Amino acid sequence: MKLELRGITKKFGDFTANDAIDLVVEPGTIHALLGENGAGKSTLMNVLFGLYDADAGEILMDDDAVTFVGPGDAMAAGIGMVHQHFMLVPVFSVAENVMLGHEQVKGPAKLLDVGAARDKVRELSDRFGFDIDPDALVENLSVGAQQRVEIIKALSRDAEVLILDEPTAVLTPQETDELLEIVRQLRDSGTAVVLITHKLREVKAVADTITVIRRGKVVGTAEPSASQEELASLMVGRDVSMTVDKGAADPGEPVLRVENVTVVNEASGVTHVDDVSLEVRAGEILAVAGVQGNGQTELAEAILGLLPTAHGQIILDGNVLSGRSIRQNLDAGIGFVPEDRTEDGVVADFTVANNLILDLYDREPYSRRGAIDPQVVRTHAEEQVEKFDVRTTSTQALTGALSGGNQQKVVLARELARELKVLIASQPTRGLDVGSIEFVHKRIIEERDKGVAVIIVSSELDEVYALADRIAVMYHGKVVDIVAPDTDRDTLGLMMAGAHSKEEAA
Amino acid sequence: MSDTSVTEKPADPKDGPGDDRVRGVLRGILESSTLVVVMAVVASLAIGGLLVMFADEDVREAAVYFFSRPGDTFSAMGAALVSAYTAMFQGAVVNPSSETFVGFIRPFTQTLTMATPLIFAGLGLGIGFRAGLFNIGAQGQLLIGAALGAYIGFAWDLPWVLHLLVAVIGCAIGGAVWGFIPGFLKARTGAHEVIVTIMLNYIGLNLVAWLLTLEAFQRPGSNNPISPEVADAAQYPLILGSQFNLHLGFLLAIACAFGVWWLMERSTLGFEFRAAGSNPRAARTAGMSVAKSYIFVMVIAGALAGLAGSAQVLGTEKVLTTATAGSIGFDAITVALLGRSRPLGTVMAAILFGGLRAAGPTLQVQAGLPVDIVFVIQALIVLFIAAPPLVRSIFRLPAPANEKEVAA
Repeated sequence: MKLELRGITKKFGDFTANDAIDLVVEPGTIHALLGENGAGKSTLMNVLFGLYDADAGEILMDDDAVTFVGPGDAMAAGIGMVHQHFMLVPVFSVAENVMLGHEQVKGPAKLLDVGAARDKVRELSDRFGFDIDPDALVENLSVGAQQRVEIIKALSRDAEVLILDEPTAVLTPQETDELLEIVRQLRDSGTAVVLITHKLREVKAVADTITVIRRGKVVGTAEPSASQEELASLMVGRDVSMTVDKGAADPGEPVLRVENVTVVNEASGVTHVDDVSLEVRAGEILAVAGVQGNGQTELAEAILGLLPTAHGQIILDGNVLSGRSIRQNLDAGIGFVPEDRTEDGVVADFTVANNLILDLYDREPYSRRGAIDPQVVRTHAEEQVEKFDVRTTSTQALTGALSGGNQQKVVLARELARELKVLIASQPTRGLDVGSIEFVHKRIIEERDKGVAVIIVSSELDEVYALADRIAVMYHGKVVDIVAPDTDRDTLGLMMAGAHSKEEAA
Repeated sequence: MSDTSVTEKPADPKDGPGDDRVRGVLRGILESSTLVVVMAVVASLAIGGLLVMFADEDVREAAVYFFSRPGDTFSAMGAALVSAYTAMFQGAVVNPSSETFVGFIRPFTQTLTMATPLIFAGLGLGIGFRAGLFNIGAQGQLLIGAALGAYIGFAWDLPWVLHLLVAVIGCAIGGAVWGFIPGFLKARTGAHEVIVTIMLNYIGLNLVAWLLTLEAFQRPGSNNPISPEVADAAQYPLILGSQFNLHLGFLLAIACAFGVWWLMERSTLGFEFRAAGSNPRAARTAGMSVAKSYIFVMVIAGALAGLAGSAQVLGTEKVLTTATAGSIGFDAITVALLGRSRPLGTVMAAILFGGLRAAGPTLQVQAGLPVDIVFVIQALIVLFIAAPPLVRSIFRLPAPANEKEVAA
């Protein structure tokens, strides 16, 4: 089925999320919708899926104009969507999830016909080689398998246009490859696939057509043969270099040692970090790689003291940290860039200036004897905004109004304003545009070159490769191994899935 | 500030979903624009006017023969409105019909006197609201403060100035202790402050009732639950002479408003309070002790509520009874919300409420209306403030930016 969007415009108040977007998706093709976070990709797809009403424009399917009042209409018309966050009931079986909202009944008693759903799952699973057991409970499936269940769900409703919203964010490199293979098969069987992503590598790997969206507008189309640099500059609107210049590390003495640390969630009893030991030396970047949810976040939070350690100890410059307050750990020279910047990094309804002193406010010169000096705070903010290129209307603007990238710059500027011994940055560039990524990476490498021991927690392999001097891979709360930065993608991918590497750590 | 003993225990005051909801409601109210607040007051007064018309005797009489002579009903309505609003004005602002200057301005000084305890307590509650604490306990804190201050006032014999000073400090300490309890429990165990403060209101009230049965608190030779009058030396001096009730407590309240402004906008402590209120997780990650903030906020709010008690026992009433607190502790919640928890707003809202209170008797005597009209108007204000979208739709105001859905 051919899908066409004409002049779709969607506004939220004064903000135009989609501005007269035209898009044609041919059957049997993979159409990549490429754009930075916040460019309007998801809004466009939500309009298409009937979740939002467009302010202007029309949707045509096989050249007939259609209107969708809700997702039900869109599904009935043959559009399927796999959301970034899965819409599955964990305690239901695969078959039950697939029939959910579409239940078939049999017999006079109108019993649920699970058998039919089971057959449907089995048929689709066999056809595309999904290897999914219809009776397995969803909660027991891996993330990649859950995603395939979502795809089966869409296909079981005879979707002829399948929208995948950032499908690879939660996958290991191997799972990503598997997904891309599935997508190719779907295309070959005649389905039109819309792949929403900001990952250039994937786009180049599978897309037949690429449409680039920037600030709610289509800024161009590209061939898959275009280079990553070309695609990136189209996405950002200016030239960007994809690799950051990084000299060889000159590591000094170990600064931070993590010894046999275990972190257990007190409420649930789940062990997030299991007997982890590692050390970071001055002037090197240790990247902690792994698929999300394998204990990296908890490890970083335990080092700062946000989470208590069940046992083991953390030693900074010869001093044991465990049991000290976060404040004391910050004072001891830990810089911390939290994974979730809006929740943990900034106070959204504080001004930029105040967020820049969120952990400096009670030190001189920002305050004296309990009184904050607004003039100093303002001057400091103006300097930092300049230095870190924070795009804001004023230092007195509310931080919540800034884009994710600019909020991240605020956090980074604040943390780097102190004398650091260790910098811990979790997912430092998640959700950032290519331009900001480049900037953040540069700053982190500068810190390393100043002799700071740096720990980067990242689930993006590109980022790990761009920054790491050594790579620690975590799986199920344990460090699988610590390897050199030139370890190839496949090996790292296997390690991220729990397989031990044969190579020894550098 | 020594903080490690109480603070970074794993008893990180866990934010349950209920807490988030309270914070969401608080934030919604605090962010409502001044225009919405003003319009809420206007709408309340207008609806109050409707009630006045229906409560009026003449209107009801005329309404009996409405269909034969509707004009009578309408003119009676108009007359009722005019007489009610005139009475309000004369009771709360100035009385132009008075022969003397004293009589002319007395209503306004009465308004300020009535506003004084509301300013104190409202300031304290406002600090809590901005720090993410929904403190319902001003009533109990006020009573305990009043009890301690009153006791110092009537039982001790100290020289002038010193006696007042000690009694005022006693009020503040009494309230601070009563505020410390819920703050400490929240910091240490995560106990929800709404429940704890409500319970402490009852405990405070009954504690004072019991104290008033003791010989030490009772008026000699009386069995009634009423204390002796506090010594002259411990009373707030009247600042406009003996013809007016306005006392020094009002100036102290204004001074406290400046103090609270400085605390919240300029001090490191207030910075912590605001951070803990807006985003406790980010505050914690930045090394602040959110638990410590909760305790400090509740102690300061309690002390201010205690000072509200001083305005009663050392100012207007001069004695301690179980009715000392009236409904000040609860009205102060409205005052703080109406003033958007900012000191200036709180002072203005307190004066508005003081005015409504001061107008009550005039309304009754002059316009023949039940005093309850005033409470209805207060309640309507609460209703409108709690539902900013309602006010916006009535007056067709634009929605604030933060309520718009911005999708990526």
